[in-house]
Amino acid sequence: MRRWLLIAVPYLWLVVFFLVPFFIVFKISLSDIATAIPPYTPTFDITDIGGFLSQLDFENYAFIAQDSLYVNAYFSALKIAAISTLITLLVAYPIAYGMARAPKEWQPTLVMLVILPFWTSFLIRVYAWIGILKKEGLLNMFLMNLGVISEPLTIMNTSTAVYIGIVYSYLPFMILPLYASLEKINPALLEAAADLGSPPWKAFWQVTFPLSLPGVLAGCFLVFIPATGEFVIPDLLGGSETLMIGKTLWGEFFANRDWPVSSAVAVVLLLVLVVPIVLFQRNQEKQREAAR
Amino acid sequence: MKRFTWFNATSIALGFAFLYIPILLLVIYSFNESKLVTVWGGWSTKWYGELLQNEGILNAAWVTLRVAVVSSTLAVILGTLAAIVLVRMGRFPGRTLFSGLIFAPLVMPEVITGLSMLLLFVAIGLDRGFWTVVIAHATFSMCFAAVVVQARLYDFDKSVEEAAMDLGATPVQTFLQVTLPIIAPSVISAWLLAFTLSLDDLVIASFATGPGATTLPMKIYSQVRLGVTPEINAVSTIMIGLVTLGVLVASYSTKRASQRQERELKAVDAGAK
Repeated sequence: MRRWLLIAVPYLWLVVFFLVPFFIVFKISLSDIATAIPPYTPTFDITDIGGFLSQLDFENYAFIAQDSLYVNAYFSALKIAAISTLITLLVAYPIAYGMARAPKEWQPTLVMLVILPFWTSFLIRVYAWIGILKKEGLLNMFLMNLGVISEPLTIMNTSTAVYIGIVYSYLPFMILPLYASLEKINPALLEAAADLGSPPWKAFWQVTFPLSLPGVLAGCFLVFIPATGEFVIPDLLGGSETLMIGKTLWGEFFANRDWPVSSAVAVVLLLVLVVPIVLFQRNQEKQREAAR
Repeated sequence: MKRFTWFNATSIALGFAFLYIPILLLVIYSFNESKLVTVWGGWSTKWYGELLQNEGILNAAWVTLRVAVVSSTLAVILGTLAAIVLVRMGRFPGRTLFSGLIFAPLVMPEVITGLSMLLLFVAIGLDRGFWTVVIAHATFSMCFAAVVVQARLYDFDKSVEEAAMDLGATPVQTFLQVTLPIIAPSVISAWLLAFTLSLDDLVIASFATGPGATTLPMKIYSQVRLGVTPEINAVSTIMIGLVTLGVLVASYSTKRASQRQERELKAVDAGAK
């Protein structure tokens, strides 16, 4: 009896506040916009289920599919997320590798130093880059003083700024799982490879890298999935030409006040992300099983 | 054989420089006398003084702090229960769905979570404001809390709990006197994580909030869109300072607590032999 109560409390909470809302989003995505409160029609009416259901349709989805703005925003978000995930991996790998090889007594401190920026506000860290990247910002000032460039670079409000923002903000999410898998590798394996005449770079590709793959996968998912729906970074660092679906959804909701279309945008985004999310969970469970 | 090479040292140094230089610059420029953010006009704390005059920011900070305290407390209670269910309850119908529900919010794009929460609040006719933000934050932070506590539950020795039960403790007594003290460090870090997540959140709060409950990130966001100001640098510096202090204190105290626990366990082991 007590056992069921214990299970029920967190379970019900998540069902009511996390699962049910998705069904509501889906329902509203089938509604029409209305100048009413709430701004969609029909609202749910228990006495007239038939009439309620007959008013629902897939119009909003047809609208999204036909308007190239939305289609482009999905593709461009996926592209930006994929490229930044790759860059994050390339930046994070040497750092995690170095951390795993650092003297044992340094490692907790190094891990702490990677986690610390993650605890500091995301918004503030993105904001910090505005001061650095803008035309009269610190980076341009620094480079011009050094004489590297004579004209200020335009980085702010371009896709480059968005890439920098994503790589910077999500870097700890990549470093930590990479470090966790690199740190577990038994050094005897590398010794064995060296004894058998394998040069270090070959040992790296044939021993270290394959063994770190679970960490690579976990890190890539942890960056790719949220980056695809990212709103703050493209909004603050990107310009008008940087299209990302998270920003489109936000605008549709807050600026256009079109709740049904923004719900449809959210449903499609969720469908796009279902595959990576399920793959990620599988990967995590496999690792947990392996650890036990 | 595990050699720490120059290449390793350089990559760590460059990586940490990349992580920390933007934050450092932000902090330094919050002490800049000049109104122009990128022109150095000498050291000054005048922007901190101005902050104290800024009603809007002070109010938002107060709302944010209250939301964070209430929602992280709620999140830790729910998250700890969820972790116990996942680790100790074995199989039960709907377990896969449950672990999926714990897992999904960790990676779900915030715009989707925020929108769906808002539509739920509207559908059930809940007035939006302080409490809706608290519920929204508690919901996604409880999943982070569950993951943190779960990790600790996995690697602690279950026989201690069994011993307590054998000696006649009820399940509730066992939990309060044996389990909770052992997982306490992870519960504290889970609370801290939930607290900072709430402190930090812009997107979900923007959807879930209503009139009169503007949080600090929302305030910062609306000002940032108008440009970089030294005042925002000052608020940011205060927030960074508080979070850093909190994390350092927590990691220090959990380290000491776990060292003490280890010593006690060793003493018990020695006594048993």
